[in-house]
Amino acid sequence: MPDALVIENLSKTFGGQRALARASLEIMRREVHGLLGQNGSGKSTLIKILAGYYAPDPGGRLLIDGDQVELPLEPGEFRRYGISFVHQNLGLIPSLTVVENLFVGELASRLRWGISWEQERRRATAIFAKYGLNIDPAAAVAKLPSVQRAQLAIVRAVEEMRLGDRRRPARGLLVLDEPTPFLPKRDVEELFALVRGIVQEGASVMFVSHDVDEVLAITDRATVLRDGVVAGTLTTRESTRQDFVEMIVGRRVETVPARPQDFGREEADAAIEGLSGGTLKDLSIDLHRGEVVGLTGLIGSGFDEVPYLVFGSRSAEAGCLKLGAAIYDLADWDPSRAMAANVVLIPGDRQNAGAVASLTVADNITVPVLSTEYSPWMLNRRDMLRRAGRLARQFDVTPGDPSLPFDTLSGGNQQKVLLAKWLQMRPNLILLDEPTQGVDVGARQKVFAAIKEAAGAGAAIVCASSDYEQLATICDRVLIFGRGRVVSELIGGAISKESIAEYCYLGLVRLERGLEATEAD
Amino acid sequence: MAVSSDRHTVDGAVEPVRGRDPGHTVIGYAEQYGLIVVWAALIVVFGALKPDTFLTWSNVSSLLGSQAVLVVVTLGLIIPLTANDFDVSIANVMTLSSMVIAVLNVLHHVPIGWCMLIALATGVLVGLVNGFFITVFRINSLIVTLGVGTFLHGVTLWISDSMTISGVAPVLVKYVIVTRLLGIPLEFYYAIFICVVVWYLFEYTAVGRRILFVGRGREVARLSGIRADRVRRGCLVASSFLGALAGVMYAGTIGAADPQSGLSYLLPAFAAAFLGATTIVPGRFNPWGATLSVYFLVTGITGLTFLGIRTFVQELFYGGALVVAVTLSQLVGGREERL
Repeated sequence: MPDALVIENLSKTFGGQRALARASLEIMRREVHGLLGQNGSGKSTLIKILAGYYAPDPGGRLLIDGDQVELPLEPGEFRRYGISFVHQNLGLIPSLTVVENLFVGELASRLRWGISWEQERRRATAIFAKYGLNIDPAAAVAKLPSVQRAQLAIVRAVEEMRLGDRRRPARGLLVLDEPTPFLPKRDVEELFALVRGIVQEGASVMFVSHDVDEVLAITDRATVLRDGVVAGTLTTRESTRQDFVEMIVGRRVETVPARPQDFGREEADAAIEGLSGGTLKDLSIDLHRGEVVGLTGLIGSGFDEVPYLVFGSRSAEAGCLKLGAAIYDLADWDPSRAMAANVVLIPGDRQNAGAVASLTVADNITVPVLSTEYSPWMLNRRDMLRRAGRLARQFDVTPGDPSLPFDTLSGGNQQKVLLAKWLQMRPNLILLDEPTQGVDVGARQKVFAAIKEAAGAGAAIVCASSDYEQLATICDRVLIFGRGRVVSELIGGAISKESIAEYCYLGLVRLERGLEATEAD
Repeated sequence: MAVSSDRHTVDGAVEPVRGRDPGHTVIGYAEQYGLIVVWAALIVVFGALKPDTFLTWSNVSSLLGSQAVLVVVTLGLIIPLTANDFDVSIANVMTLSSMVIAVLNVLHHVPIGWCMLIALATGVLVGLVNGFFITVFRINSLIVTLGVGTFLHGVTLWISDSMTISGVAPVLVKYVIVTRLLGIPLEFYYAIFICVVVWYLFEYTAVGRRILFVGRGREVARLSGIRADRVRRGCLVASSFLGALAGVMYAGTIGAADPQSGLSYLLPAFAAAFLGATTIVPGRFNPWGATLSVYFLVTGITGLTFLGIRTFVQELFYGGALVVAVTLSQLVGGREERL
């Protein structure tokens, strides 16, 4: 029997940079095949070539069920070959019912009159029953538990796969692109049962994930990508977690040594205590003046929610923030109170959360200090412009004319404007989310320098980021998250790009042992 | 919106971005002052065609005076519009306010001062109700104010028994339209005064800056420590208050209250607000642009009426102007996005 999918020599270059270099892999019939790798390893490039979003460099080959397929694929052409995708966001419409979502492809593409919803519901129930699922076809998708939503998306993908490939009804390739990060652990097992059922029926599955444990649990084999190159393919049954982590990170990983405690530090100057909300459960972090603390982890681990919860832009269920002698209740907290407590947040989404793109640099810089630096009922517009110009020069914004609209600046200069906007307040606690995302190399150094300077001036800094290199450059301490908790802590010399990556992947192991221990109690 | 990455070179240097300050280019000037030129042209054309009726001082002064009510409604409207909320109940607030004055003053003989206070308080109350539903239950402002406006229309018909009530205290009429300064009724100066206040609010107060941020980027505003919901409620109260004030002026202008008058104010106010956003400060709702637009539209309609064209031209003109104005402001905005 020919392999379900064979990729040979596939490359993709973006503006001189190789995102994917001569990648080859094959997925066998009835196989669950994992695809693993860090951010930027080429995983999503590969997926997007299959989906027809990217045209690969010439020279690659793609075989589906033994037939060579001409590259590049058109967007959506994959359907003709019985390939179907389920992406992380699932692509469901929450306000519509299960049955409407299930047959949306069919309803959109075929002219049908006089739909009998009664009959469609029976058909949906029959399909679910085939996979041993019990989902109410008349329920609104928004009301379903998250695992049923994921199951619905997968069943729909399988059904569409069948629809597309009438010649060989039992075959097909289902690509699951990170379907699990937002599912509770218990539900992941339920999802895997469904995946096994689908494979039983004759289809193959490509399972894209960050999570080594899930790959160990569900796949038959797995291919690891690193820096755009296939680092290797492992047979799951014969491999250990350690083998996978090594291959992902790219060097021999020694067993976890006990990390030295940092006794040199004085008592904490500030602290986040018992923070719960979103993915986070009972999180406590000690902070010190002048210290840059990095937060990181795999997608869905919750590290990126911390700045927003501590700033009050998302509401926390519980928790408090200690700053010096003051204690603030984070469950009753909002950005204006945070600012009054001298806490600032520089958000990751510059265009939608950081600044108003259509207003000028001066407008954007001065908005947080209108009532502290000026008399609010008699603004001195000329002085506001002068102040913005001075700050723009200080933070090296080019062009330095503060009367230009924000969106005429490059990404790096926009980020400098945001730093100027917030650091002018001389905050005690600075919360950063991906501070150098989409920023050029020169500006990146300026951003780092500004962060260091603010720390030097006595601020405590918390930086959430998935850019390990950046964390290694600026942080005194890095906390690694897994499923809403801190699972490892790296201090001082122990911090490097590689060690952070290693702990991100190993972190889950330690956590689960811990969880099993508590559940056994 | 991606800022094109080809603009910067490897070392982070950025090519100078060509000046975009609209005040310093020909297109910029055309945009800023174009409407004034067109307005002037319109006056010249109508003046040439009907010199002995259109260009008379009595026509000009009565036009400036009687349209002051519409100016105030439009100024009220641009406050929530700047915060990206619609207030379509404003014209109904105006009618209700004028009817409250007429009913209390004419039928119940309440002193006119009290009547005015009660009318204005009614406006504030309506604004609070609008703001409550919009910010607490997160309902689209268009829907809430449409419902509230219709409700208020019902209240107006109810308290007036669907009749026009005339005979409002002459003292109100005296200080609104009879007394003239430089030959123009006082109400014109009231409207200009409110225009100055709104302009000052928008340009020189922290509140005005916050309204602008809330309108342009609610999330940015929130993360900048602005209590966005409070600002939105404030804007809705301000618009209802100005609606009520327009009602007081309306009662003073005609010495009566007509339960259907609101209908003929809503669309013109929207047309003027959007047309105003294409001039003086293009791309932004602004009080001078709005005031200018009211008089521009009114000039066009009055001129056409003087030429003997029938009254339905008013609807054609206002309706057309609204669509054209919104299209123009979209083009102004769109061109900026592409730059």
